[in-house]
Amino acid sequence: MTSQQTHRISHTRGIRSRDDRMVDAIAYFIGACVILITLYPLVYVISASFSDPVLVISGKITLLPKGLTLDGYKRIFNYSLIWVGYRNTLIYASVGTIVNLCVTLPCAYALSRRDFVGRNVLTAFIAFTMFFSGGLIPTYLVMRNLHLVNNPLIMVLLGAVSVWNTVIARTFFQANIPLELQEAAYLDGCSTTQLFLQIVLPLAKPIIAVLSLFCAVGHWNSYFNALIYLSDTRLYPLQIFLRNILILDQMDTLTFGDPDSMEFLLRMMQLKESMKFGIVVVASVPVLVLYPFLQKYFVKGMLVGAIKG
Amino acid sequence: MQTAEGIRLVSRRNQLLRRAVKNYELYFFVLPAVTYFFIFCYLPMFGVQIAFKDFKPNVGIWGSQWVGLKHFRRIMTLPSFPQIVRNTLLLSVYSLAVGFPVPILLALSINEMRSSKVRRSVQTISYAPYFISTIVLVSLIEIFCNESYGMLNAIQRLLGAQTIPFLTKQRYFRGMYVLSGVWQSAGWSTIVYLSALTSIDPELHESAMIDGASRLQRILHINMSCILPTMSLLFILQVGGLMSIGFEKVYLMQKSVNLEVSEVISTYVYKQGLLQMQYSFSSAVGLFNSVVNCTLLVITNSIAKALDGNSLF
Repeated sequence: MTSQQTHRISHTRGIRSRDDRMVDAIAYFIGACVILITLYPLVYVISASFSDPVLVISGKITLLPKGLTLDGYKRIFNYSLIWVGYRNTLIYASVGTIVNLCVTLPCAYALSRRDFVGRNVLTAFIAFTMFFSGGLIPTYLVMRNLHLVNNPLIMVLLGAVSVWNTVIARTFFQANIPLELQEAAYLDGCSTTQLFLQIVLPLAKPIIAVLSLFCAVGHWNSYFNALIYLSDTRLYPLQIFLRNILILDQMDTLTFGDPDSMEFLLRMMQLKESMKFGIVVVASVPVLVLYPFLQKYFVKGMLVGAIKG
Repeated sequence: MQTAEGIRLVSRRNQLLRRAVKNYELYFFVLPAVTYFFIFCYLPMFGVQIAFKDFKPNVGIWGSQWVGLKHFRRIMTLPSFPQIVRNTLLLSVYSLAVGFPVPILLALSINEMRSSKVRRSVQTISYAPYFISTIVLVSLIEIFCNESYGMLNAIQRLLGAQTIPFLTKQRYFRGMYVLSGVWQSAGWSTIVYLSALTSIDPELHESAMIDGASRLQRILHINMSCILPTMSLLFILQVGGLMSIGFEKVYLMQKSVNLEVSEVISTYVYKQGLLQMQYSFSSAVGLFNSVVNCTLLVITNSIAKALDGNSLF
């Protein structure tokens, strides 16, 4: 905003010195570099996923796809584990987000109320967990005692509330729910629960969007909890399958054909390599397609958390 | 006098009690969250005692025998431990050194772009890598650093230079880790700076221009100094996290060939604890790490508070 206004001023006065143009040039140069460096890898992967594996492996793809083929994608769509992972991730992300909201929002609202006796003690109780944690092993042992190891519930329970999200939501409530509104509601005979459900929540739509997005993307992208606590393949989220395929190079190749011939082995290796590109695309596209439309909510969340927190 | 004070005290207590009773529903509001933090954060804190015990699964945490500082002595005499601490620190120090200035430069440049359309598209595009999962990021690193078909080596070949085995030589590990981290988060980190930049009073720029300040001078003296508080706050907070480097990316990038530089505390705890089942020893390592983290955080947080009243809580 600022620079826009000042630019307009400098335009009207007609002072565009060398210095001025240099700044322009540098700014746009950096912008161009950012676009190039960010987009190139993404475009390359998409191109490679549509290209002939032989050409990909020999380094013949630079920007656009060559030897167009959908072979890789056909195999991905027939690779059932990916879809098991997709389904599980969708379940964990949606249930996890709902649990997260149901726990975080009421707590954040209560902590935002200045007339809530014990607010400081409870805030300290929660904030302390940010400074000190029991660590991986004690946490693991507690989860095991609670029979949460290899239990899908762990995926929606562990991490259900984060201190950070609570702070963001509390700050939002403090800044955006006028005190007079609450007093008026009490005078009208509203109970606190009614006040929260019927007046506060409808006003909290922006923060609900922010929290759901952070939570859903977090679920979509994380693999740590699944790595530690899940051992049953049928329960794995998408990211664990991705890790097995992309990083550990474990792919069930039996479905690819007759495993005896040398030619087949070579072909299989190439296919595996090129399938990786397609898998990267399939796993990243949902989020990458959606975020430009939702980014204002992400940005809002970032700012509330970073500045007011 | 005394009775008056006593009455005031009693009436204050009554008032608190009345407010607590009036708002009793709020206690139900916090109940789920408090239960969560108790079970998932505080119970494990009690479990930390196994760092001072010899944990036997059949007798549980409370039944195991106390052994004092045995595990901590073992950490101190472990030949590989200084290396692990060093790796942890170096990875975060490098990440901070490279990753801290880049978003600032980026935000200052974006702020100077005249066309709001260009500005918005640069911003949106630069956020993209932030939404890519760590696993995909690491596989992108492997694709682009691959010796036979990776883009980096294609450039090398184009320049007539030798190809570089990025993935199999440990000396490239830190560079790949740090630069991929910048690629992923630099754009996203501009958000805070850009919002600080847009809140600068335009009059500052106007009066500077009347005084004959050039654009570059205004960027250096107005824009930079206006985001200085944000900068110092973020810097301090990042210093607070120096010893708590994330597990996910390092673990994925680890290979037997780069273990000497890539083993950090969190991956070591995971391997010793969950893969080798040395629960007590690995809890001791984890506890050591938590205490260091906590100290760093408390110090940096109080510095941040002293600087501009801004802190985490």
